[in-house]
Amino acid sequence: MLTALVFAPTAVALLLFVLPRRTATVVFRTVWVAVSAVELALVVAIWAGYDSDGGTQYEQRTRWIPSAGVGYHVGVDGLSLPLLALTCLLFLACALYSLRENRRVREFAALFLFLETTCLGLFAALDLILFFVFFDLSIVAMYFVIAGWGHRQAARAALKFFLYTFIGSLALLLGFIGLYLAASPHTFDMVELTRQNPLAGRSVYGGLVLLAVLVGLAVKTPTVPFHTWLPPAHVEAPAAGSAILAGVLLKMGTYGFVRIAMPMLPGAWRRYALVLVVVGVVSVLHGALVALAQTDFKRMVAYTSVNHMGYIVLAVGAAAATADSSEQARSLAVTGAVTQMVSHGLLTGALFLLAGVMYERGRTYDMPSYGGVAGVAPVFAAMTGVAAFASLGLPGFSGFIAEFQIFTGSLGPRPVATALSVLGILLTAGLFLRALRQVLTGPLRLPDAPGTPRAFPDMRTHESLAVVPLLVLAVVLGVAPRFLLDVVEPASRSVLELLAR
Amino acid sequence: MTEMNENPLDLLPEVLLAASAVLGLLLGSWLPRARQWAVGVLAALACVAGIVAASVAAAEPATTAFGEAFAVDPVTSTSRIVVLAGTLLVLGVSFRPLRGDARESEFYVLVQLASLGALMMAGTQDLLLLAAAYLLASIPAYTLAGFRKDGPGTEAALKYYVVGALLGVLMLTGITILYAAGRATGYPMLGDAFHDAPRALLATGAIGLLTGVLFKAGGVPAHFWVPDAVQGSSPPVAALLTTIPKIGALAALFRLGDVVFADSTLPWAALVSVLAAASMTLGNLGAFFQQDVKRLLAYSTISQVGYLLMPVAVAGRADLAQPALLYYLAAYTVTNLGAFAVVCALPRAESPDDYRGLAKERPLLAASLIVCLLGLVGTPPTAVFLGKLEVFSAAFDGGYAWLAVLAAVNTVASLFYYLRWIVPAASRSGSVPLAEGGRAARAVAYGAAAVSLGLGLGGGPVLDVLTGPISH
Repeated sequence: MLTALVFAPTAVALLLFVLPRRTATVVFRTVWVAVSAVELALVVAIWAGYDSDGGTQYEQRTRWIPSAGVGYHVGVDGLSLPLLALTCLLFLACALYSLRENRRVREFAALFLFLETTCLGLFAALDLILFFVFFDLSIVAMYFVIAGWGHRQAARAALKFFLYTFIGSLALLLGFIGLYLAASPHTFDMVELTRQNPLAGRSVYGGLVLLAVLVGLAVKTPTVPFHTWLPPAHVEAPAAGSAILAGVLLKMGTYGFVRIAMPMLPGAWRRYALVLVVVGVVSVLHGALVALAQTDFKRMVAYTSVNHMGYIVLAVGAAAATADSSEQARSLAVTGAVTQMVSHGLLTGALFLLAGVMYERGRTYDMPSYGGVAGVAPVFAAMTGVAAFASLGLPGFSGFIAEFQIFTGSLGPRPVATALSVLGILLTAGLFLRALRQVLTGPLRLPDAPGTPRAFPDMRTHESLAVVPLLVLAVVLGVAPRFLLDVVEPASRSVLELLAR
Repeated sequence: MTEMNENPLDLLPEVLLAASAVLGLLLGSWLPRARQWAVGVLAALACVAGIVAASVAAAEPATTAFGEAFAVDPVTSTSRIVVLAGTLLVLGVSFRPLRGDARESEFYVLVQLASLGALMMAGTQDLLLLAAAYLLASIPAYTLAGFRKDGPGTEAALKYYVVGALLGVLMLTGITILYAAGRATGYPMLGDAFHDAPRALLATGAIGLLTGVLFKAGGVPAHFWVPDAVQGSSPPVAALLTTIPKIGALAALFRLGDVVFADSTLPWAALVSVLAAASMTLGNLGAFFQQDVKRLLAYSTISQVGYLLMPVAVAGRADLAQPALLYYLAAYTVTNLGAFAVVCALPRAESPDDYRGLAKERPLLAASLIVCLLGLVGTPPTAVFLGKLEVFSAAFDGGYAWLAVLAAVNTVASLFYYLRWIVPAASRSGSVPLAEGGRAARAVAYGAAAVSLGLGLGGGPVLDVLTGPISH
């Protein structure tokens, strides 16, 4: 079932190329949306059949390259299931949003379907090499999305993105090899490595392996100081690409923290957790401050991603503290981190799609060029407002649930760091409110470059279809988060048990 | 013992290739020009028969032939299959451009002789045979480099020849010194003798020997000929020069490291790891701003030799070294030949920018090129990725973690120049100068890309085969 979920999109993508050259583009669009919808249905079915206290489920294991210690091993647990679901939802949203895309639709659809496989495969992988394969392929696919369908400076931004994240992936690979050689018998199997805890008691080796893994994941997350690839990549990527990049690809880094680094290197993680806390706080504040200085809407949202990812890093760092805090609090931090991944995926996905709507009308992301948009496009204004408020952590939305848990869980073990990061919320509140005021209120002002249409038509049907479900889900999570927390909490408790070894 | 094992059947793939080369030369003298292609077909048949024979021999336990001069073990068997398969691909891409050439049959004969030299280098266990194999691999290659008889070709051949002759002499000197130090030329006896040989003598001899073998491998410090020879010769010859001799040379180096120098007084691992580091770094730096695709690939092969030297450095120290080297060799051969096959298919496109629009004109060819180039970077799930994984693991395991880190950094750097080629090839604007590259070259490119992917995905059984013990 899981294998079908992972590989079906790529199979369909290959089929798209078999279709004759003259096939009408509407066929490609329909197939794309249909496959994404089927994927979402599949993941809902998996969720329905998932027993929240049952550990890893839907496991599948096949020999692949036994002599290299590599196997095909996939499964879902409370950490990966929410992210799998988020991935399917976001890809469906992007498929719907791109119904009006008319540049090389066949390749665009095929690339996104392939990208979906890599994202789902990464979250389902229980083998380090399998994880790495999908990690690298996601970079390749995203590179082609940015370079092929991006804006003017896309080639440069895509190159920067590729080189930067590729460095990260190789650091990750070196770390994986370190883990592989430490285990006996040598293996890349995550379950086996987690059980063995091969680097227990080897502080220097463990520290170096953790360093390699952390650098790899930190580049992808991204945290300060490895975040500089993110803003250009986002600004130049097409809207759907940005939504996936922020919504799904960034989660690969943070997911790696809870899936690989914490359970497999518990000793080293506990020793160096303070570094993570510091990096987290710096990311939160730096991301928010730099976002405050932006006039480009998309760039601003990109920097708030750095800020939001910072909360997650803070939470996973704080969870490592052993003394003077209850286990419940620390479990809250990890649960909050996973919830934040989902919440950020929904909200930033929505914000980037809305940024795409804005660009499509005005051909620029420059906020001072707009004004009073609420008057001509009330639905767009409402959605942007909802997404922005949710993103800054207003109660009633998913962001609040996530950040509340993170702060509650981190306050006990790391009071100063947590207090500092709460400032980040203030800053994001300020910057989102300023952006909303500038773009939505006041007298009507639209960018007036030659050749751009003057009108700012409101949300079209396909755009609404893409954005509304994301926002609805964010509200549902904010009001009734139990269905998600029931799945995440057992998993985060087991992560803490593994970490305490 | 010596009289027992002089069975030519142990060397069946080599014998087949030599016989086919001689027969081809004779046939070529009598056949009319329009039918000289028959020599090429004969060569291809010899390669296929050789692959079959080598596979059969691989299934049997390791043995030696002609005293201890020639080993038939997993290293030899794998090199045989890879060299012969590589030769087949080279024959495939050269079939069309040479069709009707006045010296068509000579070309095929020379290709076979060069491959034969590589085969001998891979299998030999004796310094004198190594020297003979070096000459056999080199002299036909010099001729091939200047085969077109044009300006760049002549320059390529001359440069290749002068460097080769000089380093060949150094190699012979080295062999003489090693003979003086160990009083033998067979590897197992030398290995025993070098446990306590004088270090200075050993180092002098080993450095002479290394320069010669590294010349064939195209690694630093004997890499100066590679860019000019590759750029100056025709694309099929360039494909040959950058793959086939390398396989033989690296297999020979591995054998030297494992059997002769691993337990000697010479710091073999440190020496080779420095060479590996220099090779991958200098190759990459050289490739950065190249405007000619053949030259770019030439520098890329120098850096690939650096990665390939990593398992050679840890030969005898890490169990993984042998399968890692052999797997990487196979992966590199097919991927590199795939990239060159694309160059052969588009002989008029010289700079990476000339490939603009390839995705529109020939989507499959563009896809093959992208697969092969990303493969050379080491992107999963291509074969070179698994090769790199094994090579990195071997280096770590052998205590050379710094080398693995450097290789990772170099891999990232290499991405930059491969992307300079991938980007135009993937774009759909512009028009690529399609020319009479021939269907065969395209087919080779598709096939190599497919094998490169397939080998990566199905690497498990292949790796199992490569782990057998080396002959001592």
